[in-house]
Amino acid sequence: MDEALLRTLTPTVIGILVRRGADFAAAEDAVQDALIEAVRVWPDDPPRDPKGWLVTVAWRKFLDAGRADTSRRQREVRVEGEPTPGPGEMVDDTLQLYFLCAHPSLTPASAVALTLRAVGGLTTRQIAQAYLVPEATMAQRISRAKRTVSGVRFNQPGDVATVLRVLYLVFNEGYSGDVDLAGEAIRLTRQLAAKTNHEEVAGLLALMLLHHARRPARTGPDGRLVPLAEQDRSLWNTRLIAEGVDVLHTALTRDRLGEFQAQAAIAALHADAQTAEETDWVQIVEWYDELVRLTDSPVVRLNRAVAVGEADGPRAGLAALAGLDAALPRYAAVAAYLHERDGDPVTAARLYAEAARSAPSLPERDHLTRQAARLNAQLRS
Amino acid sequence: MTKYLLLKHYRGAPAAVNDVPMDQWTPEEFSAHMQYMQDFAARLEGTGEFVDGQALSPEGTFVRSDGEGRPPVTDGPFAETKDLIAGWMVIDVDTYERALELAGELSAAPGAGGKPIHEWLEVRPFLAAPPTITE
Repeated sequence: MDEALLRTLTPTVIGILVRRGADFAAAEDAVQDALIEAVRVWPDDPPRDPKGWLVTVAWRKFLDAGRADTSRRQREVRVEGEPTPGPGEMVDDTLQLYFLCAHPSLTPASAVALTLRAVGGLTTRQIAQAYLVPEATMAQRISRAKRTVSGVRFNQPGDVATVLRVLYLVFNEGYSGDVDLAGEAIRLTRQLAAKTNHEEVAGLLALMLLHHARRPARTGPDGRLVPLAEQDRSLWNTRLIAEGVDVLHTALTRDRLGEFQAQAAIAALHADAQTAEETDWVQIVEWYDELVRLTDSPVVRLNRAVAVGEADGPRAGLAALAGLDAALPRYAAVAAYLHERDGDPVTAARLYAEAARSAPSLPERDHLTRQAARLNAQLRS
Repeated sequence: MTKYLLLKHYRGAPAAVNDVPMDQWTPEEFSAHMQYMQDFAARLEGTGEFVDGQALSPEGTFVRSDGEGRPPVTDGPFAETKDLIAGWMVIDVDTYERALELAGELSAAPGAGGKPIHEWLEVRPFLAAPPTITE
């Protein structure tokens, strides 16, 4: 049972049904039903032509659904009577699906769910499990999303930037359940990169690969978060790093810098250092300057302050913090780190405890509490 | 997306605007309240924002360990002193503003006289999974 093949074929088969005249929502439902049947039937009776099998079964499901729904009968008759467009006018269907599923009229959560189902070929249950919500809730989120984009023409050109934001969310914000969302985000971004010639798609792919490479080192055996400086770099995946660096270099030669390329460049500089001490912080600060210019984001300025602290000393880092809103997420954690480096463990311990109270995730809270506890123990002895 | 807990208190929250105990409502008012809660949950399922909803018995017991080999010690209930949780709803929404909006709607469930209770609900975010890209 080749689930990977099944998932790769999903957007192609949806595209074929849409070209035969099915509307996107009905085509997507029919293909989802066909996938579920494939999972059931294929292990005992593998088809010789998996794609042909899926198209046949999905088309039958589409017609059955149409027949079951009397209000659709008229349209169905019309649809069946329409000639199938020839292959001559093919735009890439899969690419069109990426655009449709990331349409700006969708909320981020809806776009993520729809992309994972229609482009990624995941089942509603898998998506629900990945985001820790009931299957019924996820099913509704997906059908609402499909209604929202029902008026969008399938062959309308879309904006790559909206697709990249969705893929970034899939990579960066999910739980690690049965479905490896990070791996799925990489697969979808790789597939998009093969279909477009866009430097920021390459930039995002490089960024994902470089961060994914560190995954084995990011958590300790007891599940605790291991900060970058303390990671066992021998655990980093050198093959992913090499690929990420390669993809990034090719993108950068086009001389059209964007935020994902700049972020990937920072990740590449970290990957390049054999030890934390060898990190080229001066260059990293330069890339942060580019990122500030590109995004003007306060979160970027906060991360830049950390880099400045490493490149020019903690005083410079603290100076770079000045002017930023102390209510920013992770501000207290950054300030704590810089104060400790500046030889002020009292302030640092207080700020670590404050940061722990407002930490947005459990591993971060545990990490910050441990830092505060470590400094407080030092101060007592 | 962030998950939020909408926490409803029997006791411990500031007094509601329409603060009449449920056992003083008419049966029709009670039914209208229950219907509102069910409709609210069903609507959130329809918008893809519902995660969970549960009600708790007001009766509870405090328990603590009393050392190895000994049965746990129980105490309470502390009828008048403690904060009392009545139940909760868990939602999964795009923004904090949306969480507040929904909590506001839930707080407006009808009570005595068919008028909204305007009770205080506590809104608390869940701790999420840590993001991968942080630097």
